[in-house]
Amino acid sequence: MSTTTTVSDRTPAPQLSGRLTAAKLPRWAPAGVAVLSIAVGCVIGAGAGLASHIQWGLISALLFVVLSFGLSAKVEGVRQAKDRLATSLIWVAFILAVVPLVSLVVYTVQQGAGVVDGNFLNHSMRGVLQSGPGGGIYHALLGTLQQVGLATAIAAPIGLLTAVYLVEYGRGRLAKTVTFFVDVMTGVPSIVAGLFVLSVWILGLGFTYSGFAGSLALAILMMPVVVRSTEEMLRLVPNELREASYALGVPKWKTILRVVIPTAIGGITTGVMLAVARITGETAPVMMLVFVSDSINPDPFNGPQMNLPVYIWQQYSQVNNSFGYARAWGAALVLIAFVMALNLVARGIARWRSPKAGN
Amino acid sequence: MAKRIDVSGLSAFYGGTKAIEDISMTIEPRSVTAFIGPSGCGKSTFLRTLNRMHEVIPGARVEGKVLLDDENLYGPGVDPVAVRRTVGMVFQRPNPFPTMSIYDNVAAGLKLAGVKKKSVLDGIVEQSLKGANLWKEVHNRLNKPGAGLSGGQQQRLCIARAIAVQPEVLLMDEPCSALDPISTLAIEDLIGELKSRFTIVIVTHNMQQAARVSDRTAFFNLAGVGQPGKLIELDDTQRIFSNPSVQATEDYISGRFG
Repeated sequence: MSTTTTVSDRTPAPQLSGRLTAAKLPRWAPAGVAVLSIAVGCVIGAGAGLASHIQWGLISALLFVVLSFGLSAKVEGVRQAKDRLATSLIWVAFILAVVPLVSLVVYTVQQGAGVVDGNFLNHSMRGVLQSGPGGGIYHALLGTLQQVGLATAIAAPIGLLTAVYLVEYGRGRLAKTVTFFVDVMTGVPSIVAGLFVLSVWILGLGFTYSGFAGSLALAILMMPVVVRSTEEMLRLVPNELREASYALGVPKWKTILRVVIPTAIGGITTGVMLAVARITGETAPVMMLVFVSDSINPDPFNGPQMNLPVYIWQQYSQVNNSFGYARAWGAALVLIAFVMALNLVARGIARWRSPKAGN
Repeated sequence: MAKRIDVSGLSAFYGGTKAIEDISMTIEPRSVTAFIGPSGCGKSTFLRTLNRMHEVIPGARVEGKVLLDDENLYGPGVDPVAVRRTVGMVFQRPNPFPTMSIYDNVAAGLKLAGVKKKSVLDGIVEQSLKGANLWKEVHNRLNKPGAGLSGGQQQRLCIARAIAVQPEVLLMDEPCSALDPISTLAIEDLIGELKSRFTIVIVTHNMQQAARVSDRTAFFNLAGVGQPGKLIELDDTQRIFSNPSVQATEDYISGRFG
């Protein structure tokens, strides 16, 4: 390019915009549009005599998306309107995702809250008629706690150590094989895990039904989840921290134990807790291996026990048994509360132990 | 304290790639030796062979000898963990342990080596933080997280952590490249103080820095992309920057290439 080029020789840049300010919808506009769409949606729904409230809701959602786009396009311009369109779609998707969750919790609380009391929590079903009132979930709660506890005691250390091997030591074929089998195990259906333990532990080795047999199957289901989540967390630990520790003359095993794992402990705990929450709801392998029981059996190594998911199934299995239905809802409420509490504890631990910046 | 390093015929590899070839040099105790050279010439690789950190990378290996006074670091039966206790290292980016407080960061090397006595640890932590010119800034918040400090303070925390295990040699891999000029000045002053106690080797891309802080300077270069890096010359810093004996060195420091 020569220095003689003058301004007039250049192609003029297209004028994109002259002004830096533009008309803007007020802050309450999205809320206003939402209220309006719901109102119009209800009017249309009622007017057309649509029976299902889901239809009313869908009409409102559609109106909300279209109205917020149209209004914004009119007032603010097309680029802003596209932004509003994306935002409103995300809101609708969020509500669609939350509605089933909230309605599930609300319905369970409605149905179960009246049943859950002190008597329900500390009595078993021994000597209680299936079709009659009374009885409780103590035996099932105890069984769930013992079986899940034992499964965690087996699966968490093995899973953690496997992940440490894969991330810190594993090279070559053995590591690849282990990764492959962990992937395969992630996809094993719970009934297959149950059948495997049944054929090896009970039919093969001749042990009886017990809570422990159930926890073996639960441990098989839990292990790959723990390995995967722990692996992810360990890989997130920057290599610089390992090198910093080596450079201080700290051996590798101590570096892993005192630097790498503490840095990742928040995420590891969350992963283990989520795996626990997942196996708490397992029914099929437990039914096969723990069997069912109406009495309290405090020994998980000997004889049939009960378990909350199996209890719910048992109480709900008789047709037109209103007392059984009520007990099933009560047990479901306790199960959900238990899993929710585990999640909250996991989040608390993750927040408490995660590396902190700031003063 | 402070040992002489004698390197002879040292080559380092990453898998099948030779990164540095046939390097021999003597690094004097209680002095600062600076490594300069273009990117990719193997300065950092060579530095990492001096405390056996090179082999931490999978597939990496070393040939040749590194004598620390009279002991070969690559001799049979030498424990790399023991080597790293004697030859400490400070990295390019400050890397304090995020789960530990300022106090625990400095005490980490000793605590993990099994020192438990609080009075001993307290003394060494204070002494190391004073040695790293950080004590005044942090003495009233020792139990706050180390990650909450500024970049320059974090780097001085890492230096305190490295000197707390009382090494003989301190290796620094571009310790100021992530820092602003004021923090850089603080670290350069610190290097000047530390050289009375340690043998210091520093890799730097900043030639003014090499001229300011080092007693001797080594210039590394590579013949071309994919070729291993070599030591071109090692001499008193004064001579390297005023009257180097190799043309390539003069070209590099006068900015004619690289």
